[in-house]
Amino acid sequence: MIPAAFDYVVPRTLPEAVAELVKHGQEAKVLAGGHSLIPLMKLRLSTPSFLVDIGRIGNLSYIREEDGHVAIGALTSHHDIEFSELLKNKLPLLTSAASQIGDPQVRNRGTIGGAAAHADPFGDFPACLLALDAEFKAVGPRGERSIAARDFFVDTFTSSLEPNEILREIRIPTPPPGSRGTYLKFSRRSQDWAIVAVAAQVRVTGHEVTQVAVGLTGMGSHPIRASGVEQALRGKAGHDDELRGAAERATDGTDPPQDLNGSPDYRRHLARVLTRRALEQVTAHH
Amino acid sequence: MAISQMVGASIKRREDPRLVTGTGSYVDDIPQTAVVHMHVIRSSEAHARILGIETGRAKEADGVIAILTGKDLKPEFGAPLPVTVCFVPDKKYPNHYPIAIDKVHYVGEPVAIVLATSRAAAEDAGERIEVKYQSLPAVLDIEKAIEKGAPILHEELGSNLSYDVKFAAGDMDAALKEADVTIKQRLIQQRLIPIAIEPRGVLADFKTFSNKLTVWSSTQIPHFVKVWLAVILGIPESNVRVVAPEVGGGFGSKIRVYPEEILTALASRRLGRPVKWIEDRNENVKATHHGRDQIWDVEIAAKKDGTVLGIRPTQWLNLGGYCSQFGTFQVLGMLVAQGAYKMKAFDGRAVGVFTNTTPTDAYRGAGRPEATYLIERVMDLVARETGIDPVEVRRKNFVRVEDQPFTTLLGLTYDSGDYTTTLNKALEMVDYKALRREQAEKRKQGKYLGIGLSTYIEICGLGPAAATQAAVGVSLWGMSVVNVHFTGKATVIIGSSPHGQGHETTYAQVASDVLGIPVEDIDVQHGDTAIGPMGMDTYGSRSTALDGNAVHVSATKVQEKARKIAAHLLEAAEGDVVYENGKAFVKGTPSKAVTIQEIAVAAFQTSRLPKGMEGGLEATTFFDPTNFVWPFGAHICVVEIDAETGATRILRYVAVDDCGTRINPMVVDGQLHGGIAQGIGQALFEEAVYDEAGQLRTGSLVDYLVPTASDLPSFELAATITPSPVNPLGTKGIGEAGTIASTPAVMNAIVDALEPFGVKDVSMPATPQKVWALMHRNGGTKR
Repeated sequence: MIPAAFDYVVPRTLPEAVAELVKHGQEAKVLAGGHSLIPLMKLRLSTPSFLVDIGRIGNLSYIREEDGHVAIGALTSHHDIEFSELLKNKLPLLTSAASQIGDPQVRNRGTIGGAAAHADPFGDFPACLLALDAEFKAVGPRGERSIAARDFFVDTFTSSLEPNEILREIRIPTPPPGSRGTYLKFSRRSQDWAIVAVAAQVRVTGHEVTQVAVGLTGMGSHPIRASGVEQALRGKAGHDDELRGAAERATDGTDPPQDLNGSPDYRRHLARVLTRRALEQVTAHH
Repeated sequence: MAISQMVGASIKRREDPRLVTGTGSYVDDIPQTAVVHMHVIRSSEAHARILGIETGRAKEADGVIAILTGKDLKPEFGAPLPVTVCFVPDKKYPNHYPIAIDKVHYVGEPVAIVLATSRAAAEDAGERIEVKYQSLPAVLDIEKAIEKGAPILHEELGSNLSYDVKFAAGDMDAALKEADVTIKQRLIQQRLIPIAIEPRGVLADFKTFSNKLTVWSSTQIPHFVKVWLAVILGIPESNVRVVAPEVGGGFGSKIRVYPEEILTALASRRLGRPVKWIEDRNENVKATHHGRDQIWDVEIAAKKDGTVLGIRPTQWLNLGGYCSQFGTFQVLGMLVAQGAYKMKAFDGRAVGVFTNTTPTDAYRGAGRPEATYLIERVMDLVARETGIDPVEVRRKNFVRVEDQPFTTLLGLTYDSGDYTTTLNKALEMVDYKALRREQAEKRKQGKYLGIGLSTYIEICGLGPAAATQAAVGVSLWGMSVVNVHFTGKATVIIGSSPHGQGHETTYAQVASDVLGIPVEDIDVQHGDTAIGPMGMDTYGSRSTALDGNAVHVSATKVQEKARKIAAHLLEAAEGDVVYENGKAFVKGTPSKAVTIQEIAVAAFQTSRLPKGMEGGLEATTFFDPTNFVWPFGAHICVVEIDAETGATRILRYVAVDDCGTRINPMVVDGQLHGGIAQGIGQALFEEAVYDEAGQLRTGSLVDYLVPTASDLPSFELAATITPSPVNPLGTKGIGEAGTIASTPAVMNAIVDALEPFGVKDVSMPATPQKVWALMHRNGGTKR
């Protein structure tokens, strides 16, 4: 379990890092927290000949609110997200998800940018970011561009980042008052990847569900927006039978995988149960 | 006799400061210069002929010193790897060499070794080796392996059947005739991967001109490894030294003489340089033996009042690609499957089969978890069928205190045991009656609580020598040397080889009590064949019952000599001198005492000794007990099952264990915590899965699910103490009891929770998906 030989560079700025990527092309990989890439390299399932370690580029770890958005630097650790007061108040969906990723060691090292760019269909942040309509700011040789979450997660381990682009920041519209979010994750052990997980973000105004967004983990080759659930619940009062009915539509348009932990049928069942529970949680006491 | 102070004291483990600060020295930490690193190329095929191994390109790679294949090494093997009798003297098995020569029988079997200046260079070169295989159909399943026309692993044996033997007593047909209730059930012991936190590792250093070999190995059995290295390599045993340094767990997985121990030693002899191999986790999951993988079919004869008349179990054991050194030890399960119960008939059959999988061997409990799972599931099956509470079924069938020492149908005699008392204590701790009421209430609300019992017994403390020679093929005893130094400090050398058990602490406690020397002045040494005459090492919860008692006996011998020396120094008659708390004095005059320090000085200033007495204050003991020891206890698990997801949550886990005298209760609790966790692992999480081609699908710790602390409840432990009559300390074993007891407790709880769904058995592991499917297979609850 020793990686194949590779070269390694530690740029101090984003432009330097991008220049290294441009120089080494397909042979290069970006290293952030290393919690996905290094294990793959140790198994020699991934054998990049060049690593660009962005871990020491300054000013990429932050959480701040600006212009109606919450901006999160790509190198912000899961731990920092889990314990952010700002996020606890404004985006509890993210703190809830962060607290369920791996174990404390993973949360100390892993970064939200790395987790997003890795685009693991069983990763926890992608479904949350999709539900939150996040925007991904990426820097490449032609400058910076912005990618919407619905365009960002393309396939298993595939995002829409170009090989020479680096994710700089994730921006999330600050939810209006009355919004609530939660991440319900179902796994065999606490540290495991999800079999299925549900990210729910809901706003109830008066007696009406005015906003609802649901993201699903483990239900396809990339995170999925449960638009059927959203349609069914938007504008409703959020009564139990409405939540149940909406949750039934969690499997619309999904193509869940088969593995040792769950068949597609079991995953579909879990998606409905977890969606209902998540909706109950975020609409309770209104 | 000294006042007992240390035995029974929960002092902190003296091993821990170095272990928790990372300053312990494991195989990979042993300093050596000019080390050559070995990387093992392993079979990627489950069953294939080796047509050729192309090493030319690899030999040219940077840092490569040599590449060797089975054909290169075959002439150097003086013998195949050892296989012991283990209850089945007439089994068929193939010669098993440390490296495949012309055929491979499981994925992970060594086919070549790369020797290079670094592990990285060795792995890089390994990628350039091309092994040409002619694939053969693989057989993985026990039952399919012995069907007509199945692909045969070892042509010379004629079939994949290793043995088919009976273990029977009493008239089972009569029992079935007498029965009101007969039940047939299949119980699956899934394949498990032991996963010691430190994988294996070996450093071998052969000195050419002295013809001496030193091997550091992460093993439970340095003394066995020494003998077999001598035999296989043809080196005088006196020239072989094996050291087990810090060993990070074993659970039975380091109980074998392993191929890599032979291969590193051979390579070192060839190269004249030390050769190191450190197993990585990727190798560990397929190159270190697996455990369990058995099917148990049982037929039960019972009366409607819950009396069990007899059982007819068949154990189908998957040996894997070869018969491992203690591969058939698991047949012990058949011998102890009667459990804590009386019955009239036992009609057992044990069958062993070869398949294209990693060989199986002992894994924590080795035979007793299987036996306990069988008999404890039998008790619950009878309870379900008769409608009698599982507690009452157990009480009805228990061996009672007045029946002890009780002899089973198959002729084993329990040393002691009071099963009713441990059960009562556990029931009281959970408030069993209230729990049953709560269960009934919750069912009305669609919540599924389950209560599972396991009133286990187990056999451990292997010796006695005569019995183990007959059954296993090795005479097992305990060994100790106790040596008091000039300054009155002591060294204790033991024949056991701890790898997490805490012998350095507990054996010092034993010697301290006898000699009155403080624990901190007693050093306990182990795991080095150069320091004592011989040892039988550590496995099967044997160490304290044997080597721990050997320490007690040696210390007592030393105390007796000290008393004689003291009498001489005090100019008193031997019979008048007593020894207490490290001092000897004439009875009634403790103020005029000589201390152990003064006695020790005299022991080495030999002119001060009584006439005819030899110098030194030292004793050696080979301790052979009169029987095995039989720990027992009652475990109760309470689970709640989420009807929507099938997830099992353990609400409470209560364990009352009786392992006789507890030398260090905290160490005992630690063993129980780990053991229970591992047993819960089998019940809920762990399963090695192969695909149809014989590739391991659970080849990493992402897929092979070992429970962590956050997946487990807080254990509620309690004790009863029934000293064993077969050894002077009254100790039994505790290393495996938690694992043996807990698996059936959890599974009985799950099956109990699912009673409203008509579920009578759940195969392990009880995954959420499996439980959910069982709950919904007939459209939900039955009532």
